[in-house]
Amino acid sequence: MDMIDFTMIWAAIIAFGVIMYVLMDGFDLGVGILYPLAPDEESRDIMMNTVAPFWDGNETWLVLGGAGLLGAFPLVYSVLLPALYLGVFLLLAGLIFRGVAFEFRFKASRERKHFWSVAFAGGSAVAALAQGIVVGSYIQGYQTENMVYTGGAFDWLTPFTLLTGVGLLIGYALLGSTWIIMKTEGLVQDWAYRIAPKLLAGVLGIFLIISFWTPLVDEFVRQRWMDTLSLIWLLPAGALGCAYLVMRAVRRRDEGIPFVATMGLFVFTYLGLLASKWPYVVPPDYTLYDAASAPESQAFLLVGVLFVIPVVLAYTAWTYWVFRGKVRAGEGYH
Amino acid sequence: MEFDPVLISRLQFAFVVSFHAIFPVFTIGLASYIALLEGLHFKTGNPLWAQLSRFWTKVFAVAFGMGVVSGIVMSFQFGTNWSNFSQASANFLGPILSYEVVTAFFLEAAFLGVLLFGRDKVPRGTHLFAACMVALGTFVSAFWILVANSWMHTPAGAEFRDGILHVTSWTEAIFNPSFPYRFTHMAVASFLTGSFVVAGVSAWYLLKGHRVEANKKALSMCLWMILFLAPAQAVIGDFHGLNTLEYQPTKLAAMEGNWETQSNAPLLLFALPSKEAQGNLFEVGIPSLASIILTHHADGVVPGISEASPAEQPPVSIVFWSFRAMVGIGFLMIAFGLWGLVLRLRRQLYEPGLFHRTLPFMIAAPFIAVVAGWVTTESGRAPWLVYGMVSFAEGVTPSLSGWMAVVSLIGYMAVYAVVYAAGGYYLWQVVKGGMDGSEPGSDEAGAHPKRPLSGGGPIGDAAPAAPLKGDWT
Ligand code: HDD
Ligand code: HEM
Ligand code: HEM
Repeated sequence: MDMIDFTMIWAAIIAFGVIMYVLMDGFDLGVGILYPLAPDEESRDIMMNTVAPFWDGNETWLVLGGAGLLGAFPLVYSVLLPALYLGVFLLLAGLIFRGVAFEFRFKASRERKHFWSVAFAGGSAVAALAQGIVVGSYIQGYQTENMVYTGGAFDWLTPFTLLTGVGLLIGYALLGSTWIIMKTEGLVQDWAYRIAPKLLAGVLGIFLIISFWTPLVDEFVRQRWMDTLSLIWLLPAGALGCAYLVMRAVRRRDEGIPFVATMGLFVFTYLGLLASKWPYVVPPDYTLYDAASAPESQAFLLVGVLFVIPVVLAYTAWTYWVFRGKVRAGEGYH
Repeated sequence: MEFDPVLISRLQFAFVVSFHAIFPVFTIGLASYIALLEGLHFKTGNPLWAQLSRFWTKVFAVAFGMGVVSGIVMSFQFGTNWSNFSQASANFLGPILSYEVVTAFFLEAAFLGVLLFGRDKVPRGTHLFAACMVALGTFVSAFWILVANSWMHTPAGAEFRDGILHVTSWTEAIFNPSFPYRFTHMAVASFLTGSFVVAGVSAWYLLKGHRVEANKKALSMCLWMILFLAPAQAVIGDFHGLNTLEYQPTKLAAMEGNWETQSNAPLLLFALPSKEAQGNLFEVGIPSLASIILTHHADGVVPGISEASPAEQPPVSIVFWSFRAMVGIGFLMIAFGLWGLVLRLRRQLYEPGLFHRTLPFMIAAPFIAVVAGWVTTESGRAPWLVYGMVSFAEGVTPSLSGWMAVVSLIGYMAVYAVVYAAGGYYLWQVVKGGMDGSEPGSDEAGAHPKRPLSGGGPIGDAAPAAPLKGDWT
């Protein structure tokens, strides 16, 4: 049993779970973020209908992230959540409002419908912002002593983390707009084609600022990127390549490629972030191995997860297939 | 003003988990009921089953949505407010909660989409399959979370090494001594909750003369369930109590309001327990009955609260009274089951009368019983998070200050007040809007209106709102 490095396997599984969450809940949060900009009320109905059958499954990846960390890297769970205490509250409040809006908005009378549109948009935006702030705080690192968080209540709220927050917000909006391109037609789709390039420009702008700022925030990251010219420079190159693909596909009015290429953009950026911090999971002090749970616990969970995750992926894919194709005005799935 | 982070965290946990608990206990029962209705429709082709299933799926969609969002809050509570506890017990709780996610939550979430929105997109058999998977998911979820919770009450198969709990036997830890009782008691509670809600709504519709044929069927089914399950719940509860007597004698003593270890202990019907006095200020009881129930001998010895030092005693009044609330409601449920049976034997079950007028009020009963049951169980564990191993004070997040805890507690209360008031209102609107379709005889047209997509669809006969242009800016 000692032959297998469970901690490495678990790092891969958690990393996979996190990117699954970012990609999948990313597009449905993005749809919410774009709500106020939508051309008209009918478009909003359509937009919500494109994600209604999927949002719960998408959000479950977040729950897996939480529970999986507790199972495999409890230190991450028990340092990050206290460190982000008030931010986590905002994240959850945002998710609550947007989650119930799916059911409530279509049941509400005309005046209240507007309230739930705002709840959907506001909840999505707050959740996205909070998640971006988590990324920023992770780059900043956490003040700890004896494996316990000892920092203050607002360490997570700095200009740097706000920037990463806005960055992720716009990134999700981009993902949402390309999803809308893929799942709709006519008026909504035209609108999505128009805003996608602007969002892309915003994402690239913030990406650039963060790239210059991060080495200043964190010496470790500076060394990793600047001291040796290594293969990790391929990651930002890949991200830029994907950005170019998004641009070109939107101009050509391709329907599926913008979404796929945006996912690529996210994956490369994410790998770049992981590479910056590797092998630290509770920066600046603790590595993967410090944070790991007992080997017998990692092993016990691994047995099941290796069998179950493929099944989960299979039936999730099946539900996307059931609801494939364009969503049209006035056409629900009833 | 200084706030105690431990106390506020306890209040917050109690608040968010009690809110959460209300929904699972209903959706677990209702999911199985919907799967049953779908199955009956699939088998018999009788449109009444489809009519019932469509209606209850609408209700389910709203309740489930609220269950999910409050559940997501729960999965972060351990880390935000009880980080030392999380760190100490992660080796067991982490894998268990992760198993819940991969085996239950994904299953529920994926098939929920097909159940709610796929009725006309997939073959009928597949739709039925989706309904079954959602129902299965709710049970698997209850299984794992109750494993986690039971283990905190009766921690088996684990030992401390360097301040961290390590699992020595997974089987012993998962099938810990209180788990079988808690799981069956909770499963039956869910079915009872589902039955009382459906029965209450059906009775109300019968009074109104709405969709009479379908609602007669629903009422009859639920009353059979109640007739058998309510007494079964009392028996299971009795076994549950015997198990508590063995593993958490102080909790049991608090439930009985019994301060001194004694034989011929009375069953108290009313008492005012006082921790200061270390006794009851006032009590009315039936002599020896507690001894008989717990030990099956009139002179059997029942443990007393004073066996534990005052610092390790749970809040006795809360445990005592919430336990009585649950058991009282349990017996009320048995009475309703019998009342229904009498009416059925007299062939008056469907004649509008007092029974139909009181049943809708009974909708609240199972929810109150469930929350009261959890309050008994959980406050009775005080001051322990993991019984005898990790206390509240040891488990709390060290960096958490009183004011942060207060801010989040007030925040959750405010958010829940808005969201759940609205949810309750929309549920009421769904019920008031009535069932789709028509009385048997006419065809099923009108059951597929074109409307925006939400699991519930808009309410009743209300026309879908016309698109509003530009009301955003
Ligand atoms: C006996 C049943 C039971 C109990 C005691 C709990 N839950 Fe629960 N939970 C469910 C039964 C359930 C369910 C039936 O699976 C739910 C309820 C309604 C629903 O939508 O799914 C659910 C939903 C639900 C979700 C959302 C799942 C999703 O995204 O689909 C999470 C994250 C949790 N729960 C977590 C918890 C935690 C951390 C609890 C303990 C403190 C807890 N639940 C107590
Ligand atoms: C869903 C139904 C549940 C309800 C209604 C419920 C209710 C409560 C209540 C009322 C308390 C407060 C007790 C006190 O402080 O005096 C509490 C405490 C607690 N419960 Fe539960 N509980 C439920 C399920 C669970 C489960 C499944 C777990 C764990 C897996 C759990 C873990 C805890 C913890 C960690 C505390 C300590 C914090 C505190 O004392 O408030 N509970 N619960
Ligand atoms: C009628 C007689 C009943 C008896 C004798 C009984 C007995 C018990 C006991 C002894 C416990 C505490 C277990 C512990 O020590 O932790 C308990 C808990 C609980 N009860 Fe009951 N009960 C009854 C009816 C009900 C009813 C009708 C419901 C709901 C519909 C219900 C729901 C619960 C719940 C949710 C819990 C907390 C979870 C658990 O520990 O199982 N009970 N019950």
